[in-house]
Amino acid sequence: MNTQAATRKPLLATALKDATLAALVAFGLFGLLIGLRTGLGPNAALVLTTRFEELAIVVAVVFAGSLLRSLLFGRGPLMAGRFKPLLESRAARIIRRLAVPALFALAICWPLLTYHNRYLLDLGILVLTYVMLGWGLNIVVGLAGLLDLGYVAFYAVGAYSYALLAQNFELSFWICLPVAGILAAFWGVLLGFPVLRLRGDYLAIVTLAFGEIIRLVLTNWQSFTGGPNGIGNIPRPSFFGLPFNEEEDGFAAFFGLEFSSIHRIVFLFYVILALALITNWVTLRLRRLPVGRAWEAMREDEIACRALGINTTNTKLTAFAMGAMFAGIAGSFFATRQGFISPESFTFNESALVLAIVVLGGMGSQVGIAIAALAMLGGFELFRGLDQYRMLVFGAAMVVIMLWRPRGLVSTREPSLHLPKPEPSKGAA
Amino acid sequence: MSPEPILEVEHLTMRFGGLVAIDDLSFTAKRGDITALIGPNGAGKTTVFNCITGFYKPSAGMMRLAHPDGRFYLLERLLDFRVAQQARVARTFQNIRLFPAMTVLENLVVAQHNVLMAASGFTFGGLFGLGRYRAAERTAVDKARYWLERTNLLGRADDSAGALAYGEQRRLEIARAMCTDPVLLCLDEPAAGLNARESGELNALLRFIRTDHATSILLIEHDMSVVMEISDHIVVLDHGFKIADGTPAAIRDDPKVIAAYLGVEDEEVIKVEAEVGL
Repeated sequence: MNTQAATRKPLLATALKDATLAALVAFGLFGLLIGLRTGLGPNAALVLTTRFEELAIVVAVVFAGSLLRSLLFGRGPLMAGRFKPLLESRAARIIRRLAVPALFALAICWPLLTYHNRYLLDLGILVLTYVMLGWGLNIVVGLAGLLDLGYVAFYAVGAYSYALLAQNFELSFWICLPVAGILAAFWGVLLGFPVLRLRGDYLAIVTLAFGEIIRLVLTNWQSFTGGPNGIGNIPRPSFFGLPFNEEEDGFAAFFGLEFSSIHRIVFLFYVILALALITNWVTLRLRRLPVGRAWEAMREDEIACRALGINTTNTKLTAFAMGAMFAGIAGSFFATRQGFISPESFTFNESALVLAIVVLGGMGSQVGIAIAALAMLGGFELFRGLDQYRMLVFGAAMVVIMLWRPRGLVSTREPSLHLPKPEPSKGAA
Repeated sequence: MSPEPILEVEHLTMRFGGLVAIDDLSFTAKRGDITALIGPNGAGKTTVFNCITGFYKPSAGMMRLAHPDGRFYLLERLLDFRVAQQARVARTFQNIRLFPAMTVLENLVVAQHNVLMAASGFTFGGLFGLGRYRAAERTAVDKARYWLERTNLLGRADDSAGALAYGEQRRLEIARAMCTDPVLLCLDEPAAGLNARESGELNALLRFIRTDHATSILLIEHDMSVVMEISDHIVVLDHGFKIADGTPAAIRDDPKVIAAYLGVEDEEVIKVEAEVGL
């Protein structure tokens, strides 16, 4: 570290030196990547084109960024501590207190705000689906501390349960929803049994394999799941028996409205909002019950749990089952929204995305996860205009957030109960 | 002294491959007594604890625990968490095992998991806010408060357990074990790392637990000031063998114990070995 003796002038000098070094590294890295480009010439020959302006811009950005960083924050690594004054300012505290009601109000009003913008409404549904998945996975990873890389398997089980039940037995969405949840929970327990003795990395590998197994079975069991072709024409949900169509007995006709296809989307939005809120309510409630406390205790120390007479086998299985159940319900919602599902939708990428949401949000924090889901999926869309640089910018944004808040956006843990003030009437216990 | 035994260990043997960690150990702990298990490092004391609390399955032998109501539990047949749940044997660990991210109060409420779980109707009742669960939780918090007062941790109830000082963590672990309402409390080196004042407080706490709570104590300890002052009965282990068994006064003067701890001069080795029977 620099000593206090380092005065203003050497600071500028070292900053310039660092920035030059960074620019040189950037030049070396991007020189061939951006500066030179091969393409097809007129006679199908290989032509080398140069793009020195772009290269110069990138190097200049790196130089300026490095210089700015050194001048603003000094040379040490960027860490949360540097932003502490910023985080503890009065404005920040007010924002934090208002975040939950504001998010909730935004969610309620979203369809009204975006009624004429199908794209934003669909995005809202997508974000809420991932909020629900994030909250479900939070039970397994955040509370019980079981690293699950195959969470998408339960999402798939839920989606296929609904699709197959609805197509083969013509059951309605509202009956299939809990059934899909129960089936997914059953698969959660089924996964739970073989991995009871595993922890950490080993558990992660087995759950990863489980996710892949489910996907491969769905791809290859042609006669049952339709294989890679997937299942199409999945029935849409109805509004208490009123279908969303132009017929006489449809939703629009019943309420005397002019038929619009957006009604169904608005309805779907409120369905997933309600499902996500139920997930949140159940999770918050469970945290205050013995089973939730046992999950957290198990994350902290499994051996101590057993020494206190807690059946860790049951505790683990309930965590897997609860997490899987919410994924299954979200999955059947996904199936009815899309109307078409195939194994393509349930790749490892989905598991990784949901896990990233949970980690970025701060493990165990409900609000953090909601914000992280909004930031991740909103970010995907926001940077869409950047074309091929989208993932680059997005990755950089994630690195910055993790440097800024290494333990996630919301890293404080709210205790599940407080010691009540002693009542004056009571003597010593 | 009450003559009734609470724990009878008979011919306990534990082998790890070729290593015999405990060799044919038999001893009895009486109800209401503080029984200390001492011995040099590597004597097998913690292994005995792990066998009693179900973390190890002993290779041979029997451990019989008697409840005050006359029921018996054969500990070697129970799973680890059932030893705590049914036979009501609580333990602490040599290297403290708390739930560091949870608050002190939560640590004590987690210890009452089985009682609360039954009261919450195995979660379903509690999920919808049944009154019975709320009453049970209040009782649990009251019990936690009682032990926080006893262990002098009341002011730290809402702090996370990991933020406590070392001595406070030791006390919290004992409080947490007591929240399970144990019949037998097994303490693995409770005075390790404590200063003189703290180990004095520990002695008082252990005496209080024994007299006021009908909980017998089994203790592993290196701190002789603790062992000699509070134990009623001492069992000395060396290399998995029991080399002595008796009151503190008898143990203090036992030549075999002195030999095991301090070693003996060369001419004495032959004499003592003859006494031990080697």
